[in-house]
Amino acid sequence: MSKPSLAEWWVNRHGSLYTRLGGEPAVDAAVDIFYRKVLSDERINHFFEGLDMEKQAAKQKAFLTFAFGGPNNYTGADMRTAHARLVEAGLDDSHFDAVMEALGATMQELNVPANLIAEAAAIAESTRNDVLGR
Amino acid sequence: MITIRYGHQAFEPAPGETVLECLERGGVPIHFSCRSGLCQTCLMQATGGQPPAAAQAGLKDSLKLDGHFLACICHPTESLEVALPGEGKGALAATVRGLMRLNEDILQVALECHDPIDYRPGQFINLFRDPELGRSYSIASVPGADDHLHLHVRRLPNGRVSGWIHDELRTGQTVQVRGPAGNCFYVPGQPEQPLLLIGTGSGLAPLYGIVRDALRRGHSGPVRLFHGSRQRDGLYLVEELRELARQHSNFDYVPCISGDDVPHGHAPGRAEAVALQQVPGLKGWRIFLCGHPEMVKTANRKAFLAGASMKEIYADAFHVNQAA
Repeated sequence: MSKPSLAEWWVNRHGSLYTRLGGEPAVDAAVDIFYRKVLSDERINHFFEGLDMEKQAAKQKAFLTFAFGGPNNYTGADMRTAHARLVEAGLDDSHFDAVMEALGATMQELNVPANLIAEAAAIAESTRNDVLGR
Repeated sequence: MITIRYGHQAFEPAPGETVLECLERGGVPIHFSCRSGLCQTCLMQATGGQPPAAAQAGLKDSLKLDGHFLACICHPTESLEVALPGEGKGALAATVRGLMRLNEDILQVALECHDPIDYRPGQFINLFRDPELGRSYSIASVPGADDHLHLHVRRLPNGRVSGWIHDELRTGQTVQVRGPAGNCFYVPGQPEQPLLLIGTGSGLAPLYGIVRDALRRGHSGPVRLFHGSRQRDGLYLVEELRELARQHSNFDYVPCISGDDVPHGHAPGRAEAVALQQVPGLKGWRIFLCGHPEMVKTANRKAFLAGASMKEIYADAFHVNQAA
């Protein structure tokens, strides 16, 4: 991402979002719930057809860690390359929106306070252009 | 002084260095991706020494038990001998001690390894017809309960190794094996946890080992096994499993037939469909899936959507080597 992320700004002001959300155990709880929502959503589950579930779950975990402002080494370029093939296959804003919905719903299910949900959503949202190759 | 041994080489990690960084510095190309302990690309196994628990975070229980760890977050607290998963074991000789037909297509091969190997029922070994030609077979035996190591080998059409095993292998013959490997086995520690096991064809082999291993170790939670085939003659060990169910009130066995001719005492339908009908909610369950890759893939997804955690699903798909 070309500008400092929201997470970095919050670390300076309030301490890491990732820690406030509960760190790794929180991500672990979220991964299964999030991935289940994604696989059950007819708008996006076809992108996951035929993929190795465990490898995908590991990627979901990495994505959620990133969205929660946790330790990760993703660059904008990584997100771009990772999704380039899908963009060619028709990945668009509606699919990105569906994943954002799954993220929000997952956090609600885990009783995360609304303000923290908004922070995590903002971090995830910041990847939209990289993911969609714009 | 801590050393990290990899193959014939030994390295000394610099203060604060991870195993990944240490090996990279030593010129060893270990695959990695996230470098944050999440993606598991850098998974390795400690064949000597104990990696710190923090370096095992997120791994399946069976992988932890076998000393696997994530190199990118491993700050060793003691000397370790490390290897890539599955790389640690060399070839050894074994003598064929018995060959017993289990059904039309499946032969039980009993092996005695010249140097007894430490295996867990449900893992697999590679059996070699010649140094260039080997196949993986799951272990159905339980150390202590069975005299020898048992494999269930299914004859495949034009199978170069299975055909040789069925037609040419003789008791008393010496063969080369490698292993054991695999993470599909019973992990003691949660005796109350409900276990669901689904298999097709010779996928029963690892499950037969895992069920008996669990029961021998006093597993008290429900253990439910569903074994499926198109026809009745594709099943085997039916009487033995029914007897086991009579002996253990927490063990339930359902033979499933997906074809048209479903005899009394068998459930109609595919094994994974019957299983999910009978056990619709899988939160908290540990699942073992072995056999046909299509069944394993379908059942994996369905089990996950039915509430099983990804970490609790142990899948072992029996892929057919297309070169046969």
